[in-house]
Amino acid sequence: MIKIKQLSKVFQTNSTAIQAVNALDLSIDKGEIFGVIGYSGAGKSTFIRLINRLEEPTSGQVTIDNQEITALSKNELRLSRQEIGMIFQHFNLLWSRTVRENIMFPLEIAGISKPERLERVDELIRLVGLTGREDAYPSQLSGGQKQRVGIARALANNPKVLLCDEATSALDPETTDSILSLLVDINEKLGLTIILITHEMHVIQKICHRVAVMEDGRVVEQGNVMDVFSHPQQAVTKKFVEQVMGKPDDELTDETILKQIDQGKILRLHFVGEIANQATISQVAKKYDVELNILHGNVKQTQSGAYGTLFVQITGDDEEIKKAIDFITSTSVQVEVKEHV
Amino acid sequence: MFNQLFANVEWSDMLVATIETFYMTLLALVGTFIFGIILGLLLYLTSPGGIWQNKGINFVVATIVNVFRAIPFVILILLLFPFTDFLIGTLRGPNAAIPALIIGSAPFYGRLVEIGLREVNKGVIEAAKSMGAKTSTIIFKVLLKESTPALVSGLTVTAIALIGYTAVAGIIGAGGLGDYAYYYGFQRRANDVVLMCTILIVIIVFVFQFIGDALTNKLDKR
Repeated sequence: MIKIKQLSKVFQTNSTAIQAVNALDLSIDKGEIFGVIGYSGAGKSTFIRLINRLEEPTSGQVTIDNQEITALSKNELRLSRQEIGMIFQHFNLLWSRTVRENIMFPLEIAGISKPERLERVDELIRLVGLTGREDAYPSQLSGGQKQRVGIARALANNPKVLLCDEATSALDPETTDSILSLLVDINEKLGLTIILITHEMHVIQKICHRVAVMEDGRVVEQGNVMDVFSHPQQAVTKKFVEQVMGKPDDELTDETILKQIDQGKILRLHFVGEIANQATISQVAKKYDVELNILHGNVKQTQSGAYGTLFVQITGDDEEIKKAIDFITSTSVQVEVKEHV
Repeated sequence: MFNQLFANVEWSDMLVATIETFYMTLLALVGTFIFGIILGLLLYLTSPGGIWQNKGINFVVATIVNVFRAIPFVILILLLFPFTDFLIGTLRGPNAAIPALIIGSAPFYGRLVEIGLREVNKGVIEAAKSMGAKTSTIIFKVLLKESTPALVSGLTVTAIALIGYTAVAGIIGAGGLGDYAYYYGFQRRANDVVLMCTILIVIIVFVFQFIGDALTNKLDKR
């Protein structure tokens, strides 16, 4: 749905030229939540501004729904922007307007009649969960509420795409989660395509379907969130994965775990997406005459299922243990068996 | 006792002078507001990084503003005599003071408008652009609306400067309290008249300051 071809942006200062975005190619499908992650200075903020031409690209193409954004005249671009919603790290609300008037602003710009505007605003206020705060001014709202206003405002003209520029970076972790759930909710309810940029891997892990990792203005790695999580290729990607999964070094080695137990076997269960969930464990406990003891683990939920590892001690009759292991192997969970040699 | 203290004061003349001062201040304030907003917007929009970024226009407007702010008001009135005569048809009375008052204070207010506009959050302007707003929408619904408290408090400061200017204009025969204090007070050695005019001017200044502050507070929702 969104095609980005060889997109580049060079910032020219007096003495030097800074290549913020360098020959970037990306393709984003309709209805997907696409995340772009990178450290500050990686060019991700510039990249998202190039999509709606808040920054003019130096070269390259952006196409949304077969409309070449980079070829539009100023006036055409203005109209086209009404179909591209955008939310910001610092919300960027008009403080002189109430919540209702802020959400109404894009509708005024689009030339919608007043009765229709009021009706649409009420819908949006319900959608983002701000009922009762319609007449408050932004200064009377919390950060999370301000971002909800931002989201309602971005959705007012039924956009095809929602661009999120570090939308949760100024919020505390709890509020971040509630805003992320709202974005998923909107994505599912309205089938809206969402592009978000962030420096927080857990944002990607929580809501994105696909992710691109940016470094020095280039996409160095991209793919399904699950694949990138389980097999990060680049050093920078590995660092981001560590943000949520912890360093591999932090994990206990097989030896230390084995030292602590004197009976049964240790199973290392590896969850990778799809139907993976902890119910596997309780099923094993119910079906087979074995005792299970969870020793250590780290499992994260992503948009396409759980991901992580779990160390489990299994004790009981050798025959039963074997059956239990066969059962787990038959699910999507990968098993490694460790035992005293 | 009061009448003894202000023995030389003709109260009906004093009333006329007060009304003249109000008249000149308010009328000049309206003109200053209109021209000041235009100058401030031009300075802001044509500055580097602005919506109408234009070095040439920015330089010309900034120069005009700086030159007129540099000329002492008393000299400005004299310089403008031919222009005033052409426009109003006379050099005496409150109406004759208006062009000089506006030309003297609009550049000052223009600078204050520019400062106010600069305080508008750049992110909000960017948000409006991302919604597909026209430049006119950005000017009227974002820039001017968001900077209203600054524009009003700037106008209050300008109004008080204007009251001072009307007194200066009075010395050249524009009427008002300055005129009255000079011709009927100072030149006739009637210090009580000068004192009364001073008291009234101070009261007028306080009234403007009070209204301006109240309005700014009411408008500021930050």
